[in-house]
Amino acid sequence: MESRKKHRVILLEASPIIVAGVRSLLSTHSEWEVVGSFPEVSHCQERLAVLHPDVLLVNPLLVDYSRRFHVRALLADATGMAVMALVSSYVDAEVMKQYDGVIEINDDASSIVKKMRQAMEARKAPADAPDNYELSERENEILAAVAKGLTNKEIADMLNISVHTVISHRKNITRKTGIKTVSGLTVYALLNNLIDQSEVE
Amino acid sequence: MNHLLFTGKMKLADVLMGNYRLLLVLDRFRLHLGFGEKSVEEVCMAHGIPAPLFLMVCNVYTFGDYLPGEGDLKAIDVRSLLGYLQSSHHYYKEKCLPGIRHKLDALEERTRNRSSQILQRFYSDYQAEVMNHFDYEEFTAFPYVMGLMEGRAVTEAYSIGQFEKNHSNIEEKLNDMKSILIKYLPDTEEQDMLRELLFDLFELEDDFRKHTLMEDKVLVPLVEQMERKG
Repeated sequence: MESRKKHRVILLEASPIIVAGVRSLLSTHSEWEVVGSFPEVSHCQERLAVLHPDVLLVNPLLVDYSRRFHVRALLADATGMAVMALVSSYVDAEVMKQYDGVIEINDDASSIVKKMRQAMEARKAPADAPDNYELSERENEILAAVAKGLTNKEIADMLNISVHTVISHRKNITRKTGIKTVSGLTVYALLNNLIDQSEVE
Repeated sequence: MNHLLFTGKMKLADVLMGNYRLLLVLDRFRLHLGFGEKSVEEVCMAHGIPAPLFLMVCNVYTFGDYLPGEGDLKAIDVRSLLGYLQSSHHYYKEKCLPGIRHKLDALEERTRNRSSQILQRFYSDYQAEVMNHFDYEEFTAFPYVMGLMEGRAVTEAYSIGQFEKNHSNIEEKLNDMKSILIKYLPDTEEQDMLRELLFDLFELEDDFRKHTLMEDKVLVPLVEQMERKG
């Protein structure tokens, strides 16, 4: 045990009670080491690159999700680490989806440690991001339909696929092109001759 | 972090040397260059500008991780803040957005091609949307705040909580335009024009982000306090 490298943990939590609690709890487990704690996201941002933690425990309330900030977008250097929510009050389930794991205030020590291990492993697994960023035929087809002003439901009916599938295609289109708005996608479709100007007027 | 921030005792000239982008802010406080050795406080005093507001804007525009805290907010005069926000709007409406429009028109004139016309159309829609948004702020949100200050009662028809909604779409479209220029515009000889356009867009995006922060993180919490008291 002693020879193994300790997993580094950073806390992003404003409550001194919770910070002290997590620290003391993890101090009894030799594989973990709390290397820092910060009361605000902004304080933490520049330190991440220096401290390079394996796990970042974040109070989701410190992340301004009302403006749909993704926690990873705020923490630019967080790519290699597991980012977990440390929840001490009610947080919308939708918000939790962006985290690699969720630790509740009532969790006992062993389940906290177990969850942290799982989150780290999930993070280390090779990303399934495709190396091809060109749009597929199907994606072009859907993009053209979006640009023409069709709704997801209409596109699904037209192509005989589920609305869910349309949405996942749209997510991929945005991920590949970096374009989020319908008007932006329309410009893309026009520039690439996927549609004609007369079709959007 | 706070020890890094600009203070009222610093020379205004040094503040500007520290961040040239604050030159943009001067105009919004109707300040003209030629400050000599005067400190921020002296210049503010001489021009009737509340120094806490001026410093907050300078710090927000300069330090990416600076977020005004509760103590900072207490020092802010809401009426002056509204005045500042309005002159920022004026800058976007009268100078910045038309400037970009002008560059797009020039690009179209030079290339006479379909893709620059597509861009023009996209930008027209965008500009109209931003103008609409400013109109909403100036004709609905700001008068509401003025009303609160004059002691008008809080009604259920409107609250400052509705304020932030539109900001994300405006940011996203601006970002889309950058992606399109960088990634998808067909090859053209007019690289100088495209580069200038992109610089303008990046600049505007930064500026908008700070402006939005002044609205969402300074104005909105201050008005929410007023609503609770009201």
